[in-house]
Amino acid sequence: MSVLIYTESENGKFKKIAFETASYAKEVAEKLGSTVTAVAINVDDTSELSKYGVDKVLSVKNEKLSNFNVKAYADVLQQAATKEEAKVVILNSSANDKYLAPVLAISLNAGYASNVVALPESTSPFKVKRTAFTNKAFNITEITSDIKLIGLAKNSFGLKEHEGAATVDAFDPTLNEDDFSINVEAVDKATGKVTIADAEIVVSGGRGLKGPENWGMIEDLAEVLGAATACSKPVSDMGWRPHEEHVGQTGKPVASNLYIAVGISGAIQHLAGINASKVKVVINNDPEAPFFKAADYGIVGDAFEVVPELIEKLKEFKANNA
Amino acid sequence: MKILVCISHVPDTTSKINFTEDNTKFDTNGVQFVINPNDEFGLTRAIWFKEKQGASVTVVNVGGSETEPTLRKALAIGADEAIRVNAEATDGFFVAKQLAKVVEDGDFDLIIAGRESIDYNGGMVPGMLASLTNANFINTCIGLEVNGDTATATREIDGGKETLKTSLPLVIGAQKGLVEESDLRIPNMRGIMMARKKQLTVLEPVEANQETKAVQFEKPAPKGEVKLISPDNVDELVNLLHNEAKVI
Ligand SMILES: Cc1cc2nc3c(=O)[nH]c(=O)nc-3n(C[C@H](O)[C@H](O)[C@H](O)COP(=O)(O)OP(=O)(O)OC[C@H]3O[C@@H](n4cnc5c(N)ncnc54)[C@H](O)[C@@H]3O)c2cc1C
Repeated sequence: MSVLIYTESENGKFKKIAFETASYAKEVAEKLGSTVTAVAINVDDTSELSKYGVDKVLSVKNEKLSNFNVKAYADVLQQAATKEEAKVVILNSSANDKYLAPVLAISLNAGYASNVVALPESTSPFKVKRTAFTNKAFNITEITSDIKLIGLAKNSFGLKEHEGAATVDAFDPTLNEDDFSINVEAVDKATGKVTIADAEIVVSGGRGLKGPENWGMIEDLAEVLGAATACSKPVSDMGWRPHEEHVGQTGKPVASNLYIAVGISGAIQHLAGINASKVKVVINNDPEAPFFKAADYGIVGDAFEVVPELIEKLKEFKANNA
Repeated sequence: MKILVCISHVPDTTSKINFTEDNTKFDTNGVQFVINPNDEFGLTRAIWFKEKQGASVTVVNVGGSETEPTLRKALAIGADEAIRVNAEATDGFFVAKQLAKVVEDGDFDLIIAGRESIDYNGGMVPGMLASLTNANFINTCIGLEVNGDTATATREIDGGKETLKTSLPLVIGAQKGLVEESDLRIPNMRGIMMARKKQLTVLEPVEANQETKAVQFEKPAPKGEVKLISPDNVDELVNLLHNEAKVI
């Protein structure tokens, strides 16, 4: 009857979201008077999960699962949930988790609520708060099925440490041929670059930067902050920046701790996608730009003067606080 | 190839979001409805297949009669026929069940849905539909080629992309990248005239339970005033981000 979570990993190491899912699940389990069981797939050392409240780890080691594969991973989780008799299953909101969840929901016969931002308001009836209308509103959703599947919104809960040690059981689910009916041919991923999905800080540029040749300062600003770079939609439509950087309602969602917008007007579609970020800063030379209504901090000024200055000041700050 | 494109009827991206009936219902007053942007990228790719490789394109929506103008627009853009399942789209599971019936009866090879609708952002219909119909499923799809029975797709992953090979029947969760913004079509007069004559079939729903219920809506708390910092005092921003916001 434990709460089951999937703890995402990459190259044998947990991703930070795995710990966030665990921290959240621990408190859900406490509400239910239950424990947390984590499924870890091909993770070398799972001991870190103990710190975030996991009671038991089902450790799967299988070469066939070295690439993420939606059907196979859903099959593993379904078998784990059945074995643990889990009534609550929790995933996060990475691209892989959002891919998995609806598939798992069908195999578990579970009602699924995505983008959940808080602990359940009540567990009987089971009600959770989630974002809707691309962050323009929240909605309280009741999950009425016997098994409940939750997709936790990224960076909505944070990390909470706990005492204790998790037991680790090897888990060897039965996989069949149909689990591999989708074949991964190639993975194309920039290494060593901070991704928008994982970044704590995102620096984003808009049409106000006039042209792709001016992105050097955006990259420099991102570098001092250890941030990912992003852009508004027209910037990617015009080919100034790659599509992967397009954020907003029709692009990638951003839920970072800090979002810095440079030369971005703050159109409703842009804001919708980045509103889940905790602290927003805007640099824009037009005091009437709508972004100033959505931001926490703002500088009315010319980006070409303010940004280089900000980079210098941040470098000084880093040097003094190193 | 028989293609089915699932169309969600959603408020235009600029809509003000308000609720009525004690915050239990979305207030449609003064709201313009459009084809969900992710579905429109998918529809545009479907029409590309039709024109370049030969395919029939059916569009489907689960909703009341008020969604028909949205289906007509999809027909005006180039879909061949439309189906409306006459039921309120109460939750993702219920909708997926309705669509599964349409897929099974119509023997579709490729089913395109948006990665998520911009109203409830559930992100569940394409994956659930694939599982219910035993089809392969590729989410956040930013590239798709079909050759006979084989599909090669590109999926956006966190920090990159991956290439996948699979077979039909296939369900994809579409998004921008599958086609470019500039490929999107605005219906012309001829398209609109033709759309009036195309078939729009209304089907009654199959029995299906609902697994989730949206019981209440809330608007985010109003935001405090922005703190303005003079461009001559950039130091102050660094200071505030460190000491007040605690994000650096
Ligand atoms: C269906 C739909 C979906 C959309 N989805 C998205 C989305 O997902 N993401 C998105 O971003 N947009 C989206 N848009 C587009 C959106 O409406 C805006 O057009 C877009 O966000 C504007 O981009 P921008 O702020 O870079 O450009 P602009 O609106 O042109 O703003 C540029 C800003 O730069 C400022 N500026 C100019 N020079 C300087 C300078 N020297 N220093 C400082 N500031 C300067 C200007 O004052 C201005 O505010 C969507 C639109 C539609 C219709």
